[in-house]
Amino acid sequence: MNQATTAQAVEYCEGVVKKFTIATVFWGVIGFLAGTFIAFQLAFPALNLGLEWTTFGRLRPVHTSAVIFAFGGNILFASSLYVVQRTTRARLFGGEGMGNFLFWGFQAVIVLAASGYVLGITQGKEYAEPEWYVDLLLTVVWVAYLIAFAGTVIKRRESHIYVANWFYLAFILVIAMLHLGNNLTIPVSLTGTKSYIVWAGVQDAMTQWWYGHNAVGFFLTAGFLGMMYYFIPKQADRPVYSYRLSIVHFWTLVFLYIWAGPHHLHYTALPDWAQTLGMVFSVMLWMPSWGGMINGIMTLSGAWHKLRTDPVLRFMVTSVAFYGMSTFEGPVMSIKAVNSLSHYTDWTVGHVHSGALGWVAFISFGTLYYLVPALWKRQRLYSLRLVTHHFWISTLGIVLYITAMWISGILQGLMWRAYDSLGFLQYSFIETVEAMHPFYVIRASGGVLFVIGALIMVYNLWKTAKGELRSEKAFEDAPHAVTAG
Amino acid sequence: MKHEIFETNVIILAVGILVTAAIGGLVQLVPLFTMEQTIEKVDGVRPYSPLELAGRNIYVRDGCYNCHSQMVRPFRDEAERYGHYSLAAESMYDHPFQWGSKRTGPDLARVGGKYSNDWHVAHMANPQSVVPESVMPQYPYLAEKDLSFDDIADHLRTLRIVGVPYTDEQIAQAVEDVKVQAMGEAAGDVDAFKARYPKAKIGDFDGNPGRVTELDALVAYLQMLGTLVDFTAYEPEADYR
Repeated sequence: MNQATTAQAVEYCEGVVKKFTIATVFWGVIGFLAGTFIAFQLAFPALNLGLEWTTFGRLRPVHTSAVIFAFGGNILFASSLYVVQRTTRARLFGGEGMGNFLFWGFQAVIVLAASGYVLGITQGKEYAEPEWYVDLLLTVVWVAYLIAFAGTVIKRRESHIYVANWFYLAFILVIAMLHLGNNLTIPVSLTGTKSYIVWAGVQDAMTQWWYGHNAVGFFLTAGFLGMMYYFIPKQADRPVYSYRLSIVHFWTLVFLYIWAGPHHLHYTALPDWAQTLGMVFSVMLWMPSWGGMINGIMTLSGAWHKLRTDPVLRFMVTSVAFYGMSTFEGPVMSIKAVNSLSHYTDWTVGHVHSGALGWVAFISFGTLYYLVPALWKRQRLYSLRLVTHHFWISTLGIVLYITAMWISGILQGLMWRAYDSLGFLQYSFIETVEAMHPFYVIRASGGVLFVIGALIMVYNLWKTAKGELRSEKAFEDAPHAVTAG
Repeated sequence: MKHEIFETNVIILAVGILVTAAIGGLVQLVPLFTMEQTIEKVDGVRPYSPLELAGRNIYVRDGCYNCHSQMVRPFRDEAERYGHYSLAAESMYDHPFQWGSKRTGPDLARVGGKYSNDWHVAHMANPQSVVPESVMPQYPYLAEKDLSFDDIADHLRTLRIVGVPYTDEQIAQAVEDVKVQAMGEAAGDVDAFKARYPKAKIGDFDGNPGRVTELDALVAYLQMLGTLVDFTAYEPEADYR
């Protein structure tokens, strides 16, 4: 489309994007700190403090909700509302009023949910812990989100809907479906917090992991792929590698992901046919995942040299590499023979974190480093050197985290099934717990590094928003080590 | 069909996404409700007694599922460590299910009857006092707090709405039944209670007679876990599916 003929200044709603950006940083730090704290609780149980509000069981949902729904959710709101306006060249449907409703409504959901966990108000379903009244509030906010997003697309001034918006739309729609299906509860009393889910036992288990795995698939993947499809091309200044691959990637991902839930229930009382379906589709899911990875990484074709001088792009590309790694590891773990060893162990926890820290958090950091100068109208970030420090410190943290969990998970799985020469179980359960201690310490120190990296980012973004520029040695554009001839 | 149709109409794109994403869930979920073989036919599984239910709610409240599974898999080592593999029937009245996904601590599906009440009381107050290497948090407050059960009948009534077959009698007697199970004959008719909830354990679970605490409820729940089905009479071949 010829910009010159159609360009007419659109006044984008950026106040709401700024608010969501600030909230992302705030909840990110809270969530990383909570995770690091509970990691230390597993290494040193005295840190549970003997108080009812500070046990691992109550704080772990605070961590998971803070990082997934507060950190992840806010960057999804921020980036989607930024991207949809720019790629449609239309002002946000509903304007800043709608934006403010979404912002304060979503922050209220987060605060009500997290304070509930600490007080013991929970549905007891992983990643769907908020009780009925919070679920209702989230439903209202989510419907408004869908209206704002789709409304903006409808009044677009571009003929086609850009690929990032397909992914954002899939994320919004499918999360709505999952949220409603998995949270159908009957409150005991309209003045009380407790409710009972309508599903029971095996059906509740299947519904839960239909939801749970697709919270990964559509919240933590589809939404963040929307980010990948906008911010990597922008930062690299290259078009998306393959348009056709985007289409194949999109529809196969939307179709296949939803089937993968039963791999969380291998060898349980879920009927075998469902387990087998879950395994087969999880393995197939490897293909669209890697199609997406290839599309993201190959977008750098002809721009690889930028990785040397642009640490923001490095964050983004590394995130896609982690995406590729964890979406390979996932199908492997979904194979029943592997799962019989890995399930119930730290291997799962490590796998989740290679996706959550490596993919979700890194693409979010890249997006934040892109958004803050753009939103606050600064010429560039306060410091690119600090971005590099953040990158390496966080990467080292992730490596410590996931290697510790690989070792502890496989070790514990093997110890549980070990027999001695007389045919008795070789280890009591508590011996396997004891064996975990050094790895729990290593994992927690990986978390500390990740927090330190995030604090460096906070400082850098704060200075950037204030309009300061750090005087530092610029990254050299030309590779000085290469000589002609 | 040209893909352009999805790229130029957000309604068509949205419908396409919803249909595509709905298929897998429907195929995996609907048969679980319609196929009779999904839940095994076994004797002995009954709804939770009011005290056990209150204990289960404490288990949920404190997030025990974050570290303990309740699902024994059909492996030799798990059978020896925990007991018979879990049946779907054993959690058919569980709203929500608590199968869990991580064993930082051991599986609890069959913990009932494995330890004495005294052991549980000491363990909940300070796990390291009975298992020095344990990383479990301490729960001293459970023994201190009176159980709130004024509204327990409302809980049974709500569960009946979602399909748990509580009778009118069980709902009417719910508050009494909490006291009977935790205090025995001093509080009411034990035989009538036992008829309503076969195999229920009765007694002063927390070692503190005359008071119904949260610890009473939690221990009552733990002590019944996995004890309802008589596996000497169970024939698994009928349930291969």
